[in-house]
Amino acid sequence: MKRLKNFLFLLAAAPVVAFASGASIHLDKAPVNLSDQDSLQRGARMFVNYCLNCHSAGSMRYSRLQDLGLTEDQIKENLLFAGEKPGETMKVGMTKADGKAWFGATPPDLSVIARSRGADWLYTYLRSFYRDDTRTTGWNNVVFDKVGMPHVMWDLQGEMVPHYRKEGEHEVIDRLELAKPGSVTLAEYDAKVGDLVNYLVWMGEPAQVQRKQLGVIVLIFLAVFFVVAYYLKKEFWKDIH
Amino acid sequence: MSQEAEGQKVDANKRKFLIAATSAVGGVAAVGVAVPLVMSMLPSARAKAAGAPVEVDISKIEPGMLLTVEWRGKPVWVVNRTKEMLAQLGKHDDKLADAMSEQPQQPDYCKNATRSIKPEYLVAVGICTHLGCSPSEKLKLGGDSGMGSDWPGGFFCPCHGSTFDLAARVYKGVPAPTNLVIPPHQYLSDARLLIGVDAKGA
Amino acid sequence: MSALQKMMGWIDDRFPLTATYKAHLSEYYAPKNFNFWYFFGSLALLVLVLQIVTGIFLTMSYKPDAELAFASVEYIMRDVDWGWLIRYMHSTGASMFFVVVYLHMFRGLMYGSYRKPRELIWIFGVLIYLALMAEAFLGYLLPWGQMSFWGAQVIVNLFAAVPFIGEDLSIWIRGDYVISDATLNRFFAFHVIALPLVLIALVAVHLVALHEVGSNNPDGIEIKKKKDPVTHIPLDGIPFHPYYTVKDIVGVIVFLMVFSAIVFFAPEMGGYFLEANNFVPADSLKTPAHIAPLWYFTPFYAILRAVPPLFGSQFPGVVAMGLSIVVLFFLPWLDRGKVKSIRYRGPIYKIMLALFLVSFIGLGYLGLLPSTPVATIFAQVFSVIYFLFFLLMPWYTSIDKTKPEPERVTG
Repeated sequence: MKRLKNFLFLLAAAPVVAFASGASIHLDKAPVNLSDQDSLQRGARMFVNYCLNCHSAGSMRYSRLQDLGLTEDQIKENLLFAGEKPGETMKVGMTKADGKAWFGATPPDLSVIARSRGADWLYTYLRSFYRDDTRTTGWNNVVFDKVGMPHVMWDLQGEMVPHYRKEGEHEVIDRLELAKPGSVTLAEYDAKVGDLVNYLVWMGEPAQVQRKQLGVIVLIFLAVFFVVAYYLKKEFWKDIH
Repeated sequence: MSQEAEGQKVDANKRKFLIAATSAVGGVAAVGVAVPLVMSMLPSARAKAAGAPVEVDISKIEPGMLLTVEWRGKPVWVVNRTKEMLAQLGKHDDKLADAMSEQPQQPDYCKNATRSIKPEYLVAVGICTHLGCSPSEKLKLGGDSGMGSDWPGGFFCPCHGSTFDLAARVYKGVPAPTNLVIPPHQYLSDARLLIGVDAKGA
Repeated sequence: MSALQKMMGWIDDRFPLTATYKAHLSEYYAPKNFNFWYFFGSLALLVLVLQIVTGIFLTMSYKPDAELAFASVEYIMRDVDWGWLIRYMHSTGASMFFVVVYLHMFRGLMYGSYRKPRELIWIFGVLIYLALMAEAFLGYLLPWGQMSFWGAQVIVNLFAAVPFIGEDLSIWIRGDYVISDATLNRFFAFHVIALPLVLIALVAVHLVALHEVGSNNPDGIEIKKKKDPVTHIPLDGIPFHPYYTVKDIVGVIVFLMVFSAIVFFAPEMGGYFLEANNFVPADSLKTPAHIAPLWYFTPFYAILRAVPPLFGSQFPGVVAMGLSIVVLFFLPWLDRGKVKSIRYRGPIYKIMLALFLVSFIGLGYLGLLPSTPVATIFAQVFSVIYFLFFLLMPWYTSIDKTKPEPERVTG
């Protein structure tokens, strides 16, 4: 048993070392709460308005948004703009070749982006764009240097500029500061990005809420099963001495 | 066996009860695993989306013409029947297998002389009730159709020669056993037809 | 005669149903002192069945096509009713298969279950383990994510290290110059039909061999040596059914609780069962920053990396990795101990087994990490211990001070 414990401990300790080496940039904790349907609905609207122009979500059907408490009519009126049907997946008009020509790389499909990047990375990334005139888009990002994507939500956040500090020989970005305010305050912007990331996490696996609910039932059932089977075993093993 | 063991009697009823209880709970577990597996074979969200109701603009269909639309991968005919065509419908009831549409091949609201909601518009699934071929349109009346001079307009299945009239009713003595299916449908407005779903409350 | 007895009689005249039931269940006498470690054989069988059943249903919606594969997995996760559950059961089952099999193998090491007369059971078992590794490796390409692609790329390129024929061999395996649609399609064929058939056949012979000689037990003594003079039933043997069936049901339920906890609450298992990078579609032009195999392969991957290249060839590492598994086949003849079970072994074997365990887990851990000079030294030390455990075994088991085995099984 002790060996088993050691084994489990090693398993538990592994990710700390494995991922500490890769991520040198501090990531902010994303406010993910999948039971907050209002936040998810706001996030869905953000997603359709800002992301879906260039990024697809090819595995996600509009009709699945009903899981977020939206009715089919609400989906049609508020989220479908180009005559799509609710049963269709979230496609994008831009072709892959156009995307590559315009941004240097095809904007990735976002269906499972929260599963590959993680919520915290997305939350930090979407709040870390800054003005950089050396880039063709005019934007750069602290988390994703030389990113092809421009700051799509600049009208909300406004324009951030970097402040540098010396670290040995190199200059590194110390922090971003607001140079030109957007239509909302930075705190409001954080909340909006939080909604969006919350939605992206949900979209990464729409069944996850149901999964956890079912899991509780299954475990309770197995606990009952265990009690019955345990008494059966005990009864038969009375024979054995 | 020790003395103690011999003194300890096996309680057969208790064992039977425990076996039954374990079997019952185990049976529930087996069903619990089987249900998701079986359910996974139902039409997926993609199949359901492809089978969603189809909206058709019928204002462009000239009188006497037919429009084929796809619904659930099947051809659905929308025929704009002329007054002349409609007049033919009642005249050959004796030659039809099910002139009164007694077989449940249509929604209740289409169980009438024209098998339609609006008399002029026939909406029917263009799949022969014999073996599933799609019949050809022979809409014209009389000799022009190539079906003989007394042909009142209708459909002819090339596979086994079944014939149907302009209300998609099957003739007697052909392989097809029943009238063509009228799918659930409704009119959203005069020009907009929705195929695949009944009017609410209908 | 009741109708049921009549029917049984009718069948038994044509098929040995009752005889088979008796031989393998109601009159198969297993030692009465099985402990916790003896659950994992039946659990491995359970996981095999789960993998086959869930696999069949996944095959109904999965598309083995480079253009469609990644999306078809997400289609299963979203559009197919209960598809997410079936997929998570399968992905969790793959890892749990190895958990169970590793514990099952370690049981064999502790109690000397590979010793005479059970050499063939052990050899069939190692073959099952090999087939299982192949099955897992092939299956991991199917989701067609970045880790699928680059993991397969790295492993197939190991074959390219074989002198002279390596390059052609790796091209032949892929059916292309890179991992491609052709590779995916053939891996799919092997994963869904060829390897499962091999696995089922091997499991069958593993069990037939086991039931021929009878099960070992934590005392490592043969219960068949002490039989009842009248019935010829081993005095320490009890019928597998009902005693071990009712006991294994309890084990199965506990296992299912662990299994369900993972499936429903942590299907990614912190990136060990499903890797984050595998949620990015395969891209032959972009390698992820850090590629690690899935956890069950990492001990062998660490041995591979621990061996320095010779004349610029990775071949020695590949050979070492291969030998680390091949050596398992010889285990029954390497062990010269007077007793089988660790309970009666001397201190040397206990220390060696503990060192072996630490090395194996250590290698597994190092295989997850990016290669660094310090890590490589550790991996080299662990690799040497791994091999010494086997190669020195004839010596240290024969000089070890053992305790006398009991006449009859204990507790």
